[in-house]
Amino acid sequence: MRIYLDYNASAPILPEVAAGMSEVLSLTGNPSSIHRDGRKIRSLIDDAREFVAGLVKSTPDSVTFTSGGTEANTSAILGSIKSGVVSRALCSEVEHHSVLEHVAPSDRIPVNADGILDLVALEERLKSIEAPVLVCVMIANNETGILQPIRDICEITHTHKGLVLCDSVQGPGKISIDVNELEVDFLTLSAHKIGGPQGVGALIQLSDTQLSPILVGGGQEKKRRSGTENSAGIVGFGIAAQYLSKFQHSNELLELHFRLEKALVDARSDARIVGNGSVRLPNTTCVSLPGVPSERQIMNLDLAGFSVSAGSACSSGKMERSHVLMAMGLEAEVVNSAIRISFGRDTPWADLERFVEYWASL
Amino acid sequence: MSSEITDTGKKKDRIAVAMSGGVDSSVAAAILVEEGYDVVGLTMQLYDHGEATARSKTCCAGQDIYDARRVADKLGIPHYVLDYEERFNKDVIAPFAQSYLHGETPIPCILCNQTVKFRDLIDAAKGIGASALATGHYIKRGVGPDGPKLERALDRNRDQSYFLFATTRKQLDYLRFPLGDLPKSETRILAEKYGLQVAEKPDSQDICFVPTGSYSEIVRKVGGRDHTKGQFIHVNGHDMGMHEGIENYTVGQRRGLGLGGEKAPLYVIAVNPENRDVIVGPKSALEKCNVLLRELNWIGPGKTIPSNGMAITARVRNTHEPVSAVVYPSSNHGKARVLFEEALFGVSPGQACVFYDEDTVLGGGWIVNEGVNAIVPHNKRSEVLTTTSR
Repeated sequence: MRIYLDYNASAPILPEVAAGMSEVLSLTGNPSSIHRDGRKIRSLIDDAREFVAGLVKSTPDSVTFTSGGTEANTSAILGSIKSGVVSRALCSEVEHHSVLEHVAPSDRIPVNADGILDLVALEERLKSIEAPVLVCVMIANNETGILQPIRDICEITHTHKGLVLCDSVQGPGKISIDVNELEVDFLTLSAHKIGGPQGVGALIQLSDTQLSPILVGGGQEKKRRSGTENSAGIVGFGIAAQYLSKFQHSNELLELHFRLEKALVDARSDARIVGNGSVRLPNTTCVSLPGVPSERQIMNLDLAGFSVSAGSACSSGKMERSHVLMAMGLEAEVVNSAIRISFGRDTPWADLERFVEYWASL
Repeated sequence: MSSEITDTGKKKDRIAVAMSGGVDSSVAAAILVEEGYDVVGLTMQLYDHGEATARSKTCCAGQDIYDARRVADKLGIPHYVLDYEERFNKDVIAPFAQSYLHGETPIPCILCNQTVKFRDLIDAAKGIGASALATGHYIKRGVGPDGPKLERALDRNRDQSYFLFATTRKQLDYLRFPLGDLPKSETRILAEKYGLQVAEKPDSQDICFVPTGSYSEIVRKVGGRDHTKGQFIHVNGHDMGMHEGIENYTVGQRRGLGLGGEKAPLYVIAVNPENRDVIVGPKSALEKCNVLLRELNWIGPGKTIPSNGMAITARVRNTHEPVSAVVYPSSNHGKARVLFEEALFGVSPGQACVFYDEDTVLGGGWIVNEGVNAIVPHNKRSEVLTTTSR
């Protein structure tokens, strides 16, 4: 029996989602068609749109379905630059690569040793640029779980006539997200991080800003994203969102998180929890074990039946040093020996306990 | 081989296999899987493939890592890709470039075996509890009175002993070579039999990190020198004009010199890195009766070369057959001098000189660039003998 502790990479699909998707796959019809078959699928997609909007307390109209978080981020960044509403994008140094790749190294704003965006540096950078920019900051880091002060970032950015894109792929299901409180302009979501299927995500557009579409053609998604909809995926996303909306405020994760981290440092006094002093996602623990290289930990854990990660995955499968931990200025010893454990509310404590026991023997 | 793969001989022992994505290491892995070992595939990511092929938009990994992964999938074994880019750059690419700048012709494959493969990859294999690391090299491992020993592969056309001379006893203790008894044709038949999609994949030819075959750019980039150009100087002292940079010339080279007008063809006789002279001359000037070696590795009988020398056969190039010679320890630590029974042509500094006793590999060392002055005429061999055997 394997123990899966890599929810931030991809969470297990919910049984309700798999069942719902299977039903959609048995249907025939293009959601753009005007006949009954098409209309049926279209209505399922629009139901899903409402559920996804509800997940972050937004309106259905704000939701554009995409192929995932990467496409949602790309659409917001390239779309806003292409339409001319912003001149370029800035971001934090700890963003996901789907954002980093669009931002010049000099436009990446540092984080402090606690992993929090340097607000002074952000303001300085904004002052030095005349044209409005898009500031991209994730709500919570996928590797460390550290949360960013999104409201402060919005306030500073809006003062300088900029817009904010908040990559919220890691948020839902772990913390509650209310777009009305956040005041962001764009928000991105991904289905497979919340128990939905891979290959579907959403861009939530909250201001009236006009984005130029990246994909053009049939004019689906109100011309914001052409291409026949991934109907089954979207429906699955909707079911996962609907399911999660019931669990926004749950203490189960918090308790598991607390117990796990206590057990880790109790088992190995040389272990170090990254971002210990910061507010973090209650399902994510980045822990280093100085002297034991990350890849050795990952390989041994995998061979022993535990799925965990280090850094972000490269398509080649090679294990790279984490740009996030390096941006935090952590010692090489910590960066090279850190792994990430991420779990869900369905993870039994016994699994975490067994993990700690094996990990401590490395 | 099943009984000798591990000392305990337990079938369930974990064996790590260095999988390059080529047919040889794929078959090595398949053989071990069939024999019932707990096989784990390890692939080293050594350089940015996209950069090396000047296609910056392609993945860092390239086809070989993909192939290794697919073979591992087919065999149903775990497979991991280890990022050794930095180490490879430091321990293989940089010394490769420096070697050219020192007027030598390096062999990066041996450096790679010495460093990332048999140091770091062995560490990684030990780190996952493997009792041995297997590779797809064509070489045999035996056990003699002095411990594990290396023997030439059954298939002489494939024998890779020349590239493995620097393997230490300690490394040999942990290494296994499942293909040592197989002819290459057999390897491909096995690949077919196991249903591996790499069965018909061509063998790698060039230096892996310069797939385009143009290494001089790497030399200039890594070497950090603006120019390596200098003069062609004839052994008789004549200046023969400018050359294209010392990295472009190998001792023994005849083609591509662009020097016409001589009665007999001209060869590169020596490369002087200090003044960047490339010394050229007739074939007779290439004759070499002895070489000085550095970074000696000894895996023959005893702890090191006997002080009064030892009769061996030696190879100065992978494509040469071993010739009769005597090896003497040098007073300098880690050095040795080899005297050939008959003069050799095309002995290039930076290449390896590998020692054999029949099929057994005794070790070897790197040929030192002694410049053109070190050419010792046949009739003076006894002098060399007395100065080096102290």
